[in-house]
Amino acid sequence: MDFELNEEQRMWQKTVHDFVAAEIKPKAHEVDENATFNWEATRKMGPLGLLGLSIPEQYGGSGVDAVSAAIAIEEIGWGCGSTGLAIAAHNGLGTSPIALYATDAIKKRWLPLVASGRAKLGALALTEPGAGSDLQGGVRTKAEKSGGEWVINGAKMWCTNASIAEYIITLVRTNPAGGSRSLSMILVPTNTPGLTIHPAEKKMGLKGSPTHAVTYEDVRVPLENLIGEENRGLQQTLATLDGGRISIGALSLGLAQSALEAALDYSKTRQTFGKPIAEHQAIQFMLADAATEIDAARLMVYRAAWLKEKGRPYSKEAAMAKLFATEVGERVARNAIQIHGGYGYSREYPVERIYRDARLMTIGEGTSEINRMVIARQVLLSH
Amino acid sequence: MKIITCIKQVPDSEAKVTAQNGQPSWGEAPLVINPFDEYAVEAALLQREAQDGEVIALCIGPDSAKDALKHALAMGADSAILVSDPALGALDSQGAARVLAAAIQKIGGADLAIFGRQTLDEGTGLTVSQTARALGWPLLSFAGSIKAEGGKITVERVIEEGKQTVSAAAPAVLSVVQSIGEPRYPSFMGIRKASKAVIPVWTLADLDIAAPAPVVTRAELLNPPVRDQACEMLTGETPEAIAETLVEKILAEKVL
Ligand SMILES: Cc1cc2nc3c(=O)[nH]c(=O)nc-3n(C[C@H](O)[C@H](O)[C@H](O)COP(=O)(O)OP(=O)(O)OC[C@H]3O[C@@H](n4cnc5c(N)ncnc54)[C@H](O)[C@@H]3O)c2cc1C
Repeated sequence: MDFELNEEQRMWQKTVHDFVAAEIKPKAHEVDENATFNWEATRKMGPLGLLGLSIPEQYGGSGVDAVSAAIAIEEIGWGCGSTGLAIAAHNGLGTSPIALYATDAIKKRWLPLVASGRAKLGALALTEPGAGSDLQGGVRTKAEKSGGEWVINGAKMWCTNASIAEYIITLVRTNPAGGSRSLSMILVPTNTPGLTIHPAEKKMGLKGSPTHAVTYEDVRVPLENLIGEENRGLQQTLATLDGGRISIGALSLGLAQSALEAALDYSKTRQTFGKPIAEHQAIQFMLADAATEIDAARLMVYRAAWLKEKGRPYSKEAAMAKLFATEVGERVARNAIQIHGGYGYSREYPVERIYRDARLMTIGEGTSEINRMVIARQVLLSH
Repeated sequence: MKIITCIKQVPDSEAKVTAQNGQPSWGEAPLVINPFDEYAVEAALLQREAQDGEVIALCIGPDSAKDALKHALAMGADSAILVSDPALGALDSQGAARVLAAAIQKIGGADLAIFGRQTLDEGTGLTVSQTARALGWPLLSFAGSIKAEGGKITVERVIEEGKQTVSAAAPAVLSVVQSIGEPRYPSFMGIRKASKAVIPVWTLADLDIAAPAPVVTRAELLNPPVRDQACEMLTGETPEAIAETLVEKILAEKVL
């Protein structure tokens, strides 16, 4: 048993941490207040390898191991939830299905471009007005073959990065018969006629990560834009989401870590009843619980990543890590506000932003309820 | 173009220095590549990009200093060499210069040897000129930009009085300042290479020199005297009451 990161992972962690401390964390407040995406930092991520975490080196990516990928998202989340979500979605959702399932031609055409930092990013549209947790039964957006092309019609909701993406990988129904073999993934460049990306949603948090409704009206793309196998889109999606869950768990870890650090700083300087509040046991207990829960969550996230890297089954562990880490993120941020008292409720301090950002994590890429279902199913099966 | 970049490992900039038994101590501070030397590595990489060639990072230090060299490798240096010897305990800047010069010669010389302007720990800024002297190469210090053409090195020096353009024939020793350009972040690809790199370690015997005797020795190093001050906040119902307490305190302390 070995709980140590290897040398490569340690160097990577320090590099990303230093990068985030210099380029991302100082902008987090502004990004949230003005609801702007931090392009400046994102451009610089290309050369570091942060935009090609899931992309092999031969296609211009950094092809990092799963633990290093989790570390990267954790560190970005420590700096800024919005930037973290955008980059997590780009890597985990927007590029990994291509790296895993697409043809060589599609890989060559798109991956080096979006990994470079000189172009826009990638996005994945699964959710629809009537389909979130239940994709198999709910997806209505359909693609039909006509004249050597796919013709896509329908509507998607909550698509992270749509307005800052080169393309949107779209989950569509390709077999009207329904069932688990009726969906496919198709790559739709964002400049395709008939595709409308609606204005960014007004959200509780993560305001610097644009989320959009997207509609498709007779959108035509070549048949070659199919990603992976026809009618295997659901299976590909579920496998993608397994990886995405590690990523959202890692992002929550970063948010929690950042909230804890803010709470530690504040508790040492704020005085009540003649001493720093850090010397009151009630505050210490919150700090101790936060540190303990973050530690446990980190072990779970890294373990799930490690299993993924080993090529072992990790879907249950990823669901557990996501469930636990996202709920820890929310709890730690909540208590960090409590420790800050009235100031915690002020937008002048970072903890209320972290709380709003952390809140999404128990919903996106599988709600806590869906993750509990995934875990329960496997636990029951194995007994 | 062959470029050697000389780097040092130093305590992190947030470390606090104290005197411990007459020696400076940075406590448990993490060790990092000297921040000024990151500019030297950046300058070397920029030259390599402009001219083709190779960048070799060179460092004197204990085995742990390999981490600083790995940082240079992760930024993009082609290779790295550590000079390490138990006899190199108390090295002053002139001693370091002699060792670096010997190592540069063992490497087989270079077109450029690029340094940061100073180190964060000792901060003398002398090693670079002393190395130039030991090698018998011209020194182009405080370079804010570098141009190498047909064996001639031209730099724009950024100095207090303004800017000054000077040139010299290669090989030359250079020190660089911040205007050379922000040091790049290591990439994952660079880190992958650096973490696998086996860095050769040269001893004084490999360099065929004896440990240089220090010309400067530190007679004594003391911590600044600690001032024992206590601050007490006086409270009271009214300003008059507070003033009353203040007067009492002053009289009790026999200040007046
Ligand atoms: C900021 C943000 C970014 C997003 N980014 C993307 C993106 O990039 N791409 C994308 O495709 N989607 C994205 N989403 C959508 C997100 O994945 C969905 O919101 C999520 O999957 C939940 O789906 P839903 O909103 O339709 O909720 P529903 O599925 O309608 O769920 C509503 C509630 O019912 C619960 N529930 C559902 N089914 C069951 C069940 N069987 N048993 C018990 N409880 C159940 C859920 O847990 C939840 O509490 C994003 C959402 C947000 C808010």
